Amino acid sequence: MRNLTFGLILTTIFAIGALVSFVWTPYDVTVLEIANKLKSPTADHWFGTDHFGRDIFSMIMVGARTSIAVAIVAVVIGMGLGVPLGLAAAARKGSLLDEVIMRGNDLIFAFPSLLIAILITAIFGPSAVNAIIAIGIFNIPVFARLTRGAALSLWTRDYVLAARVAGKGATRISVEHILPNVANLLIVQGTIQFSLGILAEAALSYVGLGAQPPTPSWGRMLADAQTLIALAPHVALFPGFAILLTVLGLNLAGDGLRDVLDPKLRVLR
Amino acid sequence: MLRYAIKRIGSLAISLIVASLVIFACIEVIPGDPASFMLGINAQPDTVAALREELGLNASLGARYLSWVTGMLSGDFGTSYTYRSPVAEIIGDRLWISLPLALIALGLTVLIAFPVGILAATKRGSWADMSVMGATQLGIAIPNFWFAMLMVLLFAINLRWFSAGGFPGWEHPLAALKALTLPAIALALPQASILARVMRSALLDTLSEDYIRTCRAKGLTQRQALWRHALRNAMIPVLTIIGLQFSFLLAGAIIIENVFYLPGLGRLVFQAISQRDLIMVESVVFLLVFAVIMVNFAVDLAYAWVDPRLRGRS
Repeated sequence: MRNLTFGLILTTIFAIGALVSFVWTPYDVTVLEIANKLKSPTADHWFGTDHFGRDIFSMIMVGARTSIAVAIVAVVIGMGLGVPLGLAAAARKGSLLDEVIMRGNDLIFAFPSLLIAILITAIFGPSAVNAIIAIGIFNIPVFARLTRGAALSLWTRDYVLAARVAGKGATRISVEHILPNVANLLIVQGTIQFSLGILAEAALSYVGLGAQPPTPSWGRMLADAQTLIALAPHVALFPGFAILLTVLGLNLAGDGLRDVLDPKLRVLR
Repeated sequence: MLRYAIKRIGSLAISLIVASLVIFACIEVIPGDPASFMLGINAQPDTVAALREELGLNASLGARYLSWVTGMLSGDFGTSYTYRSPVAEIIGDRLWISLPLALIALGLTVLIAFPVGILAATKRGSWADMSVMGATQLGIAIPNFWFAMLMVLLFAINLRWFSAGGFPGWEHPLAALKALTLPAIALALPQASILARVMRSALLDTLSEDYIRTCRAKGLTQRQALWRHALRNAMIPVLTIIGLQFSFLLAGAIIIENVFYLPGLGRLVFQAISQRDLIMVESVVFLLVFAVIMVNFAVDLAYAWVDPRLRGRS
């Protein structure tokens, strides 16, 4: 329970920061003030300023938008495609459809999200949207496998048999009986993929395959900071901490949720 | 076992063929003509046409796919558009940095994760367990390239124990190993955190099994039961994760190479993207996907060898 609370608090802080940044930030991140560049943290600039004199605290608030949006949409893509595929594979276990879906999943698994991003970037050029697609594609087999695995055991339950006797088809059973029972698992996995998405987005932006300037993103801020780290370490410290704390918050929330939703696991911990 | 292996080899071949088709198709739909790109905007149309012919870009799609695949099978990956030298040779040179980096990182991952995971499982609920669990939470959440930058700040810039980047070449083995140390630690830390947690929970699972209680009842000490019985049985999930991690380490090396300015596959592929060197991009991506598929195949076989019950399922 402690994990869940702490995780949710951390996550909420960053989510609020991202939302508030739409209407207010301490300084305008589009205004460059070269005279103010690389200032250490002060009362005016809590996290200091970057090499263009922009306020790092404000940039982290705006950067949170990019990170959170990319990761959320990638989870939605993964769930939106992966869950129906997993349900369909489980409903027709052993059929050609099941085989095709599972082998397709294996194939996507062989392409780490970074390689998908490299391919997509080579075709369409780097952008936040392409980062979303790359991370989203990688999420599909994760949700498909999880859903199929959990659904397979549910298909042997008596209440599913009762539903079949009552004349319900495979699609209706999947939607009305299987899906609600795998929802807990999906929520927990969703938080985990969300945190992995934030890490992946940061890595892609860092190597220039994600969000492009002038859109602030945490990974991009770290890439800019790399050559300045000896001169002004704070430029690299704060965006890194932002990523670390958001991911930590989501992981703790995921662990906590799993404990709450599946009490059997609590004994093991 | 033989039937299982044959079945797996069949699906391995299909995976490789489909992966090569996907990569080839992706590269083929790229807008922009490599020949015009190489010659610049002022190139004469007949020069571009001649270069297209020379690069084999005028052949049909099927013919180009076949020549790419058959070439790769015989070790000929084609000629790089920008470097004007064989792709296999360039990749071979770069692989001598990326592969050792991933392998050293894998070694470090295991070296850190095993003792830490075993300690946490055997001292479950103690402060040691709590500290390990806390530290691994941090290890999983930290972006490895940021951790790498922090290490550069501390060990290269402040303490001056290591260089901040670059690679001296394997002619100087000690200096080369030293140059790969910080990158390997940065790559290994998050993976070691994951593996330590898997090790801990796998061990806790097996330690609560009846056969362990039987061992204790027969007079084995906790330590003997752990080393002789629990550890071997806990290895199955751990091995699977190690297999998966190797692919993450290879792909992750691409990012870490950027932090340390290591001239490995990662820097090669990013340069190739910006220079539209398509044959280079498709070869590097295929090589990495090939490595991932082969490692997963090896893990599957090892898995079935260790646990005969798994041979029935695929």
